[in-house]
Amino acid sequence: MKKIDRRSLLTATAAGAAALVAPSSFAQGAPIRIGSTLALTGPLSATGLTHKLVGEIYIDQLNARGGLLGRKVEWMVKDDQSKPDLARTLYEQLITADKVDLLMGPYATGAILSAMGVAQRYGKVLVHHTFGIPSLAKYDMHFPAWSLGPTPQTTVPNTVFDALAASPKPPKTIAIVTSKFPSIHFLSLGGRAVAKQRGLQEVLFLEWEFGNRDFGPIAARVKDAKPDLVWIGDIGLEGNMLLDAMKKIDYTPPMNFHLYPAPGPMTKAPEGQGAMSLTIFEEHQPFLGNPGGAQFVKVFNERATQAKLADTSVETQAAASFSAWQILEAGVRGANSLDDKAIAGWLKANRVDTIHGRLRFDGPSNYGDDLMKIKQVQGGKWQVVWPAQFAAPGVKLQVK
Amino acid sequence: MTLPSLNLLMQSILSGIFIGSLYGLIGLGLGLTWGLLRQINLSHFGLVFLGAYLSYHMATVAHIDPLWGLLILPPFFFVFGAGMQWVLARFAITPFNSLLATFGVTVVIESLIQSIWTADYRRLESDYNDMKFKVGSLFVPIPELITLVLAVGIAVAIWAAMRYTDLGKALRAMAEDAPIAAAFGINQKALSLGLAGMCSALAAIAGVCLALTFTLAPSQIFTWVGVVFAAVMLGGLGSPLGPLFAGILIGVSEAVTMAVASPSWAPIVSFSLLIFMLLLRPGKS
Repeated sequence: MKKIDRRSLLTATAAGAAALVAPSSFAQGAPIRIGSTLALTGPLSATGLTHKLVGEIYIDQLNARGGLLGRKVEWMVKDDQSKPDLARTLYEQLITADKVDLLMGPYATGAILSAMGVAQRYGKVLVHHTFGIPSLAKYDMHFPAWSLGPTPQTTVPNTVFDALAASPKPPKTIAIVTSKFPSIHFLSLGGRAVAKQRGLQEVLFLEWEFGNRDFGPIAARVKDAKPDLVWIGDIGLEGNMLLDAMKKIDYTPPMNFHLYPAPGPMTKAPEGQGAMSLTIFEEHQPFLGNPGGAQFVKVFNERATQAKLADTSVETQAAASFSAWQILEAGVRGANSLDDKAIAGWLKANRVDTIHGRLRFDGPSNYGDDLMKIKQVQGGKWQVVWPAQFAAPGVKLQVK
Repeated sequence: MTLPSLNLLMQSILSGIFIGSLYGLIGLGLGLTWGLLRQINLSHFGLVFLGAYLSYHMATVAHIDPLWGLLILPPFFFVFGAGMQWVLARFAITPFNSLLATFGVTVVIESLIQSIWTADYRRLESDYNDMKFKVGSLFVPIPELITLVLAVGIAVAIWAAMRYTDLGKALRAMAEDAPIAAAFGINQKALSLGLAGMCSALAAIAGVCLALTFTLAPSQIFTWVGVVFAAVMLGGLGSPLGPLFAGILIGVSEAVTMAVASPSWAPIVSFSLLIFMLLLRPGKS
């Protein structure tokens, strides 16, 4: 029998003690570090904080399940201050100085585009949440969590007009008023073209600069034009400000569709009742039955309340964020590796079940199907009304 | 370009007057510190939003009528403004450095607001939101009317005080030539503290008006800087009435542009107007 010397005995004892102290769920190795930026301050921070909360929830749940590849996962998130140029610098830092193992995308189209350039330079996979203009995404290892489809400028307006065509009172005339914010303007112009193709008479088309404060004159022009439907290309509070200006001149549009309104304020404002918008997930069936759906909604509601967020419900932003993490996890588990090429290869060859549906990445620019639905504010909350199979139980599109 | 109906045009002009009066009310305190104290006080915008958030908080948490904020908030803001002026004077901050220092204060205020109320949107829901009346075919909303009345009333009161009272004359003398004014017994330090405090109190009043009309987010502090600066520069530094007239001119020009042409041209028209007016009156401000 081989004799054990004192040094070997001490080493073995120390290793044994360390193994007893370490969490039993993580077999071995240093933590896997995932790096990203978010708009934690600046004009996009209201939504950026939602993404931060979702990321924290996901990492907690992931580690509770044993992490990835038997290793604990750490998330390093930096504040890009809502500035795409800063996002570019910070992603460089994450890769070159912080030497993170994996990347997660930032929030908003401009910052994602910046991060995509950096990811491409270093050959890193970039999964991202809500990128608005698919044709701009040229990198073959980017993976969008927001299932817009490759041509949302056509498919999204068609979904909107399909929903309205099936309503008891389909619109015949349309006013399109839109912000010139890039991803908004792009979809509004698509809506304009599709409306024309489908025979809707355009009675008004107006554009405003992002940051406009006085919506009184725009409201007055919409009132004068008397449209059946107002397509409002808004982002954040613009839609609320326009509806508020309409209310002040005693005007309520018969139907109003909004592109990307701030979800909370629209449900809370009395004039927001009946407003329509786009979504990929709402807090009702059948979405709650999707993988992780019900559990995530419960945890998010609790944590958002603790974080004092004004809107604590899960909708497009939170769902896209959660889906992004699901995609990254599926890619790593599928490839059984942290190698970016292996992860990208697996994601392109397989489908991923997410909180808002089954996603594929084998179409143009890695986009799959357009899974956008139409929702409407009814009874002070957003409810999906179209397509019918995704509508909240017992809920239909309401028109005046 | 389309020819609008008379009603549309008048309603738009009214809307421009209302938003312009808010530009003027915010610009009033900024212009007075700039013109009389030679300090470009960017923290004024932060204080306006702090006033708006405090007004929101009082109304939603303590259920106090938001208009009480017009009486409750200004004294506290007066003390803060005077204190900040004392610090700036203590370290002899130059006008350019005051821009940098007060920008820093604005960032601190933004962070403070975000830490207390988060970056999420906040809307002051009150009975005033739905109040409006009709004059002929024109709708007049009460919150905007309150802003207009306050802006005009305060601007005229300050103008009258500066023109007809000894205190006002002392302030103007101090701005014109501080050493000579001091030789005539004017206490420059006390006047500066008082004026800075008053301008901060005006920020609180503007904040209450802002909260009555707009949904709040901390990052929006900086979106008001450009247009209010334009109103102050166009109206004349240190002038109590100038920013109000200029603000209304900008508001109405933007509103008319939105009524007759594309709304996206509005900022081009208002800032072209600013350049044109400044070229026409060189050396006035």
